[in-house]
This record gives sequence, structure tokens and C-alpha cells, in this order.
Amino acid sequence: MAKQHITFTLNGQAVEALVHPRELLIHVLREQLMQTGAHIGCETSHCGACTIDIDNESVKACTMLAVQADGADILSVEGLAANGELHAVQQAFVDEHGLQCGFCTPGMLLRAYRFLKENPTPTEEDIRWGMSGNLCRCTGYQNIIKAVQTASRTLQAE
Amino acid sequence: MIPGVFDYHAPTTMADAIALLAQYGDEAKVLAGGHSLLPMMKLRFAEPAYLIDLNKINELRGISEANGMVRIGAMTTENQLIASDLLAQKCPLIPEAARLVADPQVRNRGTIGGDIAHGDPGNDHPAVMLAVGASFVLAGPAGERTVAADGFFLGTYWTGLEEGEILKEILVPPVTASTGHGYAKLKRKTGDYATAGAAVQLTLNGDVCDSINIGLTNVGACAIKATEAEDVLRGQVITEALILTAAEKAMAMTDPAEDLRGDVEYKTHMAGEMCRRALRQALARAKGGA
Amino acid sequence: MTTAESLDRQDKLQGVGCSRKRKEDPRFIQGKGNYVDDIKLPGMLYGDFVRSPYAHARIKSINKEAALALPGVHAVLTADDLKPLNLHWMPTLAGDKQAVLADEKVCFQYQEVAMVIADDRYIAADATELVEVEYEELPPLVDPHKALLPDAPIIREDAAGADEVGQGQRTHPNHIFTWDVGDEAMTDRAFENADVVVSQEMLNQRVHPSPLETCGCVASFDKVRGELTLYLTSQAPHVVRTVVTMLSGIPESKVRVVSPDIGGGFGNKVGIYPGYVVSIVASIVLGRPVKWIEDRIENLSTTAFARDYHMIGELAATKDGKIKGLRVNVLADHGAFNAHAQPTKWPAGFFSICTGSYDIPTAYAKVKGVYTNKAPGGVAYRCSFRVTEAVYVVERMIDVLAHKLEMDPAELRMKNFIQPEQFPYHSALGWEYDSGDYPTALKKVMEAVDYAGLRKEQAEKKARGEIMGIGLCTFTEVVGAGPSKSCDILGVGMFDSAEIRVHPTGSVIARMGTITQGQGHQTTYAQIIATELGLSSEDIQIEEGDTSTAPYGLGTYGSRSTPVGGAATVMAARKIREKARKIAAHLMEVSENDLEWDVDRFRVAGNHEQFKTMKDIAWAAYNNVPEGMEMGLESVDYYDPPNFTYPFGAYLCVVDIDRFTGELKVRRFYALDDCGTRINPMIIEGQVHGGLNEAFAVATGQELPYDEQGNLLGNTFMDYFWPTMVETPVWELDYTVTPSPHHPMGAKGVAESPHVGGIPCISNAVNDAFMQFGASHVNMPHNAWRNWKAIHELGLDKQ
Repeated sequence: MAKQHITFTLNGQAVEALVHPRELLIHVLREQLMQTGAHIGCETSHCGACTIDIDNESVKACTMLAVQADGADILSVEGLAANGELHAVQQAFVDEHGLQCGFCTPGMLLRAYRFLKENPTPTEEDIRWGMSGNLCRCTGYQNIIKAVQTASRTLQAE
Repeated sequence: MIPGVFDYHAPTTMADAIALLAQYGDEAKVLAGGHSLLPMMKLRFAEPAYLIDLNKINELRGISEANGMVRIGAMTTENQLIASDLLAQKCPLIPEAARLVADPQVRNRGTIGGDIAHGDPGNDHPAVMLAVGASFVLAGPAGERTVAADGFFLGTYWTGLEEGEILKEILVPPVTASTGHGYAKLKRKTGDYATAGAAVQLTLNGDVCDSINIGLTNVGACAIKATEAEDVLRGQVITEALILTAAEKAMAMTDPAEDLRGDVEYKTHMAGEMCRRALRQALARAKGGA
Repeated sequence: MTTAESLDRQDKLQGVGCSRKRKEDPRFIQGKGNYVDDIKLPGMLYGDFVRSPYAHARIKSINKEAALALPGVHAVLTADDLKPLNLHWMPTLAGDKQAVLADEKVCFQYQEVAMVIADDRYIAADATELVEVEYEELPPLVDPHKALLPDAPIIREDAAGADEVGQGQRTHPNHIFTWDVGDEAMTDRAFENADVVVSQEMLNQRVHPSPLETCGCVASFDKVRGELTLYLTSQAPHVVRTVVTMLSGIPESKVRVVSPDIGGGFGNKVGIYPGYVVSIVASIVLGRPVKWIEDRIENLSTTAFARDYHMIGELAATKDGKIKGLRVNVLADHGAFNAHAQPTKWPAGFFSICTGSYDIPTAYAKVKGVYTNKAPGGVAYRCSFRVTEAVYVVERMIDVLAHKLEMDPAELRMKNFIQPEQFPYHSALGWEYDSGDYPTALKKVMEAVDYAGLRKEQAEKKARGEIMGIGLCTFTEVVGAGPSKSCDILGVGMFDSAEIRVHPTGSVIARMGTITQGQGHQTTYAQIIATELGLSSEDIQIEEGDTSTAPYGLGTYGSRSTPVGGAATVMAARKIREKARKIAAHLMEVSENDLEWDVDRFRVAGNHEQFKTMKDIAWAAYNNVPEGMEMGLESVDYYDPPNFTYPFGAYLCVVDIDRFTGELKVRRFYALDDCGTRINPMIIEGQVHGGLNEAFAVATGQELPYDEQGNLLGNTFMDYFWPTMVETPVWELDYTVTPSPHHPMGAKGVAESPHVGGIPCISNAVNDAFMQFGASHVNMPHNAWRNWKAIHELGLDKQ
């Protein structure tokens, strides 16, 4: 089947791509559009390293076809900071040492960003449940949980 | 992990979807949330020549109540089930089970219809559908037909869907004040299928169990309706002793396969334990507990 | 003299002891990390492997035609294609050799048989399906206990007749080595004369480090210049460069290996894998860059498993609990090729640390390595070489002995600890422990958790049929490999290096031979230099991983960065400071001997108003140096450590086990670590959290199980256990500080302790839970199913 022309919004910019139907969204983001923040960790939708925000929902981009993103509004880690200011979740991950190797971080951040919109004042248990689609091998999660709590407080104060 | 080559179609109406399915026959696969099918395609366990994506068909989404039935569009996502006030009131077992499916991101894509129609014994909704007494609207070239969940699950990746049919809608009778529900799922970790699971919905008439449905997850080739366990409890005042007996009956109806979650003995016992837990919870709720 | 003013200056440096924020974070939180799979070179092609579906089979034929006919496919390489280059086999770090592409037979499931190189990863994947390989199945050897039977299938026909395969005399074609240490006769006597003897068989199951980023590379050969650039996920890029030169004949000066940002290593990324070698060959043959990235199944199935130690531990003791001897016998399953990544002379790594934190007068350990039809490896997964296995056996045995003596395991530990005044302590198996204070650590933990209260609660719960367990682990690690007299890799001593340049304006660039994979080297090395040179860590840039710029080093694994690379950094900085002292004396026209160091400056003793800051001195170093001195302010140090370092800790874990499902909950985990001098407490805590979580994963769920045909079961993240936030316990941390006397700043290394100590701690807790009801040792992983079996046998699940 011929390539299909798709257009979508990526971090506020209109973008287009020519894709084969079988191309996975994560590959198109990373290899055609050169947005390499979202990563590939497991390819079976368990690890969440590829998490991006599509139409205001967290989605694992390794398990979605690029053609399915036609017309979508996508936010990836590259678009999280606005006007040169880090988003509260980004700052909180630095402040609470919520990252080490950095490989899970873009997915974690995007999930934390969306989770705090779904639940702006979560309990620790809420965070553990709401962020359970993202694996981290380095941190043991404790500081990630603290980072989400800190980001929640910052966002509430804004 | 790269899927094979396929032609992609994203119809916007059910009529178009059914026509495409009729045209391509068994070379085609229907794509719902994709979190079962796409990994299988990446592993090349599934290599459809045509993929018919239902995501653009709006009529397949949404939850409503009409003619005394709660109607759930097949493409309603797990998180939409969880967020639904209507379901929380009228079919609370469904969102409760949905919370135990996969993880937050997957629940944004994964759909109730996909979970039911895929025929994977590890999926949670089939047992839940048996417990709530759901029926399914199946749409095909010859029109629509409605079938009961009980009898729909026939084996691994084998359901009552005929060739060319697509699951369109799920119909669920709403609960009453004296209905109680419970879903107990043992899993190794978030995102895993059940080692064993049990879904229970029962209604009391005074102290007596008027009606009861028990569905079991992942302890056989498909979801199992534990009828012999139900028979122990129906028409009875449910006691702890009867719950134990019912669980024994449920265990006897299982036929689990050994895998890394457990051997036959363990899974059988866990089916019993999940059954006991779901029954106790459903009973407490029917009596007005939490 | 310390004043408020000088303390203020010290704080501003953000040096050693400061929990400063990490310098690597800004790029990672903005998606600007640069990992191997992010690299895209012009004209780059993609490689993908055809792998064996069988554990043991002869290859009868390989037909590439259909694959080659697929548009976009550039080459299909097999062993026959590599033979003319003599690259179809490669040496392993352990002195054996490994098939780069299967040569006439396959010896484990998923073994590399052919590589397809194509325009993109989609075409490459399609083409792998089109390569037709005809196999003749052979009987597989899966159980290592059957490897040395007379009629066992011979796995390595290439080496069947060899007297040795790199690590000593062999007795059977499937035998790799037998290594022993200690006085066997004296140990036997200790056992003969003992009041009490305990023996226990136990397994450190086969697991995989599985960092979130899999292994991969981009090989780019420039034919015109004759230069090879290799970007790869390596914990040891300089060693890779040397090996590439040995294999390819390309001069080492024309090989550039770059480890960019690495998404976690944990031992998975030390070795050299067939994917790297074939990518290099493909790039040379095709004249284009070639990328190869493992998928998760390939990662779990082929590159670098860990453990698979089948152990029998024995302790001899007096009836009042004084340990007199330790004996350990190990059968080590190394898979189809001996490709473990230990220092070359150590076939069982540092397993002989197995006398632990205890003053055991005599000991004997024997390890026998065998081939099986499984993936090769045996790497150090978040530990120094085989230290996890060693600590596991001794810590479990202490509990087994305590149970036999009906003595509390804490009391037994206290009774047998090496005492603080015994350091430096010479262990029965030949180690010289540098420093430690074990009783203080354990006491602190027991007080913090109310140990007596926990035991009381456990007894009350037991009476009600509830299953609660308390586990202790008082471990000693041996890290920081290592002194070159005993440690080398392929003949290269295990020193490490640092090169520091101070620029005229006082900012610094420094490069090390190690490579960070999440440990935060770019922050902690900068802190070390900040303290040593009195320049702000904010202005100190750390670079690692590019062999064309960094000095040669052996890399990062076995907690060696701080003990060895960190020491090199201190020594290099001190050389600069000595030169700076001379320049300062020259500038102030005083004698060097009249100067004293004060945080960030040299000042004249007795006249604190007369000083030159390091910034002043840096500027002068480029325009006004003493007569006869070279300009500039830089230094390099290659540090060969005089000894290893011996971090230790005391851990306690409380578990509750559901008696109807076997589900385990770690209710409490209290970890006290002593890693000597603490460079960045925030980073240390993060490292400990992560190591504990990996310990939790190994102890309660991770395994790579094989069926009888040698098929690997469970090689995706569906089955391979990585806990999410929901499953992960809460970690409580504590510390003591016992500096290493031989390390220039007293630091010992920390990141692996929590993994090494955490695994036996959790396993001891689970076994404690069951042993109180009369069960014997239960092997890991302590998953719900396994727990339930123990419960069911004990009849604790009666309704």
C-alpha cells in the first residue's frame, strides 16, 4: 500500500509526514520528525518510555500507528517547557532527583503532566496507581513520587 | 518487533466497516485499541493483510441508558468506563474491573469491545460480562443480532462472532438496590493478566440470594461461567460455609494452563480464593456495605 | 582556621558533601539526551538478526536469495561471509571464544545466525523472515547438573578436545573451569571438629540486568580515511576500542568509540556482543553507517544474563554460635560460551568474599563452570563480580545456622562480626578488608526499627496463623577493581584515569576513563574537583565516553568509578594544586612553605589578607609563571589502586505474606549503608533506592526460566518482572561513615550495595517467615506462586 500523507499538531506546530500504514507513531516521531525525547524500551506497551500526550490523553506511542495520529494534537517532552520556562513537573524532577539515566524520564514527565491534570491533588497512593504505566529501572520510584507531589504543590500555588 | 505489511482502512461508519470486512474476509483484522493486536503483529503472531481500524467510528463510542438497559459502545475505552457516573451507579462491577486492567496509558486506548471480542482468556471483561448478565449486539452483513454473554465465549480466541461480524454494543441490565458486586483479580504486577480472577454479581431478596452470576478469568480456555457454584448459592441464605462450598465447585469447573503465573494446582486454588473474595465482597455490598 | 566566611566560600563551591542538583538533568528533562538510537547518520542502514529458534541444532543450509531479492536489502551476512576476515568467532573477555554468527551449529535459542542489512528497520525485519535456514535439531543440554555426565550432549564441538578454554584444566567437553580457594584440608578439619554443622543447597537464579535502554550501536567506517567510528551502549568504551583493534587490525588510533548517553547499564553493557561486530563488518563492507538496536526480546534472550549459581553452603560452629568454618560448592551455568565479564584472572569473580562480615577462621570455596545450551553471560548485575552470589550464600547460611541453634540471627551476627579493631582484616580467603564497623551499623538499625518489638509482633502473628518474616543482612562488598597486580581485562590493568584542564578564567574541563549510565558522574566528579581545587562545581565540565578525547580507562561497572576513577580525579586535581601552590608563591613572592590552602585559595600563613584565589592563579598560569615552569594548568592521573574498597551495610526487611494467595508485601525496608566519604548525599540516596528496587525485583520475581527443550520462557516485560510504583515498597535509609584509609578521599562506592545486600535481606525475611513454621529453605524468586507452595505444604492456607 502506498504511503499515506498525515498531518497533525506536534508541540503546537503543524507537521506532516508520509508514512506506511504499518509505521509506528514512535518511529515517525523519532526518525522522521527527529523528536527523539520519547524512547523505545519494551515495544510491548509495558514500560511507558514512549509515553506522549495525544488529544489530552497519555498514550504509549509504540503501540499506535502513525496513521492513527492523523489530525491529532500531540505533546511530547520537547514541547513541555513553554517560553523558555521549565514546566513544574520538569523542575520538580530535577529538584527531587527524580531521574538518573534519563531514559524513562520523558515518558515519566509526560505522564506526570497529564496525571496532574486528571488529579491535581493526588495522594501518594493515587500517584502510585496513576503513574503505574511507566517503568523506571534507576530510581526505585521514591523520588519520582516526591517529584510528582512537589509539582502538584507548585501547580496548585500558581 | 516490527509488524508486517498491511493495507489500512479507517472507516467512519459501521456500514463501511462491515462492507470492508465482507470484502477482505479472513485476511482482515479489526483494530480496536490495538494493545493486544499490535503487539501480536509486531511479534508476527498475527499478519493480517488488511487492518480495519474502528477508531474513527463515532457511533461505537459512548455510554447511555435506553429501554431499561445500559448501552456501552464497543469502542468505549477502559478509562471512559472508569469515568462514567452512569456505570458507577448502574453497572458498578464494570468500572471496578476496568481499574484492574493494564495501566493508565493502555486504558486510554484499550476498549471494552476489543477486550471482549479478542477472545483472550486473560482479558477481564468476559468474566465481568458473564457476571453482569450482559448481551452483545453483533453487526454483520445480514444485519444485527443480539446474543447473551453466557455462551458467547467458546475458547481461546474463539467467540460467538460469526465471520464478517463486528461487536457493536454491549447491553447491561442495571443493578438494583439489593445487588452486590465484586471483582477479585490476582496478578503478579500492574499490567499483567490475571493469575486467576473472579467476577460476581448477586441480588438479595431479604437475606436470600435471588440471583447470582459468577464469571472466572484466565482459568480455562475462555472465561468460565461458574454455574455449579452459582447453584450452591441461588435461593439460599449465603453463609461463609456456603461460600466455601461454592468456591470448591468453581474450582472444579476450571481448566487452567500452566504458565509462569502458576501451575494448574495453584491457579485452581487461586480461582477458589478469588471466588471467595469476590463473593464476600458482593454479599457485603448487597447487604448495604461498602 | 574555619570561619563563617570560609564556610560560606566552601558552600559556594558545591563540592564534596553537598546535595547539589545534577548537571546532567537539564538535557534529560527536555528530551535532549543523546542515546545511541537517537543517532542518525547520513546514509545509515539498519541491521537485524536472523536468530535460531532452537537451543541446539546443526545448520544444514542458509538460503539468502529471497531476502536479498527484497527491495531495500543491501546484504545478508552469515558466518561464511565473516570467515575470510576471520571474524566469524571472537574472543570473550573470559578467554573463551564466541561465535559472532553461528558457525555450522547453534548452541542456544535466539543465537545470531545471520544479519540482514537494509534501508530501514522495517525492511530489515521483513528480510529476516525471508532468510531460509534449515536446521537439524540436536538434543539440548539445559540442566547444568547434567552437563558433566558421560553421555551429555557435547555443546562446543569447536572446543571439545581442548585441554582448556582460557581458565584452567578441563575434565569434560562441557566443563569450562574449576576454581577453588582456601585451605580445603583445614576447613574439612573444622567441620569434623565442630559441635554444629549446617548445610543448605540454594540457587541464585538466572536473571537479566535489562536496563530500560537495550544494547545497540552505530558503526561508521570511513573508507577514505580508514577510520572507524563506533557509537555504542558500552560501559567500557576504551576496552571495546582495544578489542576492535585486536579483531579488525584497524590501528587503535583510527578507531573511535563513543558511549553517548546510556539508558542504564547494570552490567548488561560491559561485554562485546555479536551485534557490534557484525555492524562493524557491515559498515566496512558496504561503506555506509550501520545501526543495530536490540529489541527487548533480544535483550532478555541473548545479551548478558547474570547469576545462575547453584550453590551449597556449609557452616561449622560451636554450640554457642561461634563460626569455625565455611565451605561453599558452586555449580555455575555459563551458557553456551564463556562470556562472563570478570577481570580475566578471576573465573568466579570475587566470589571468595563469601566469608562476608564475619571473622571465620577457615574457609574453602570451589566453583565449577559448565556449558549449557543457554545464552552466554554471567555478568555482574549491579554488583562487583559475583559478589551478590557470595553475599547471598553467606547471609542465608547465617540465618540457617541461627535457626539450627535456635538463636536470634541478629545475635549470631553480633557474635561473629569482624570487630572494628581488627581492620585491616585479612580474611580466610585472602582479602584485606580496608575498614568497617559492623556492630555499630547493626545496632543502629535494630534500634531504629525496634527489632525486639518486631520479633514480639511476629510471635503474636504466628499464634494467629499469620505469616510475617523479618530478614537481616549485614553485608560486606568488595568493589573498585582493581589493583593491576591482580586485576586486568585481556592484559590491560584495571587502573582508571582522569585528565583535568583549568582554563585561564578558572573554569574546568575534565575527562575520565569511566562512563556514567545514570550514576551522575558529571555532577559528582565536578564536586570532587571543586573541593580539591576550590573552583565552583558549576563551572566544571565533565566528559566521558569518547575514546578520542578521554584518557584510557577501564570503564564503569563493579562500583569502580568512585574508588578508582574518583581517586584518579583527586590525584590529578592535587597535581594541579601543587603547581598552583608554586604559582601562588611566585605571585606573592613568598616561599611555598609559607602558604596554606584555604578552601579556594592559597594564603600566607599568619597573614590571611594576603592570598591568591585559584581563579587568580589560573589566569597567571597562562601568563606569569615562575622561571622554568611550563605554562598551563592541567594534569592527568592514571590511578592504580593499592587495594579494593569494602563498603558495607546493615539492612532489615519486614514482610507479610498472604496465606491464601502467597502474595508478598515488603512492609518495611530499612537500609543503612556505609560507603565511606559521601560525595553527594542526594545522589547516594537515589542510588540506594534504585539498587533496593532491583534487589526487590530479583528476590521476588525476576527469572529467566527455560523449558526442557531450551526454550526461554518469559522474555518480554509482560513476564520478566519489573515492579511498577504500585508494587515497589517504601525505602527507609540511614548511614554511617567509615572512610577507606587508602582511598585519597576515603570514598568506597555505593550504587551496588543495595542490590547486593537487598536480595539476601528480602530472601532471609521470606525464609524467616516460613522457617518459623518448620519449612526449610525456599529458593528465589519469592513470587506468589512459590510462596503459596510453601504455605500449602505447611497447611497454613486452611480456610
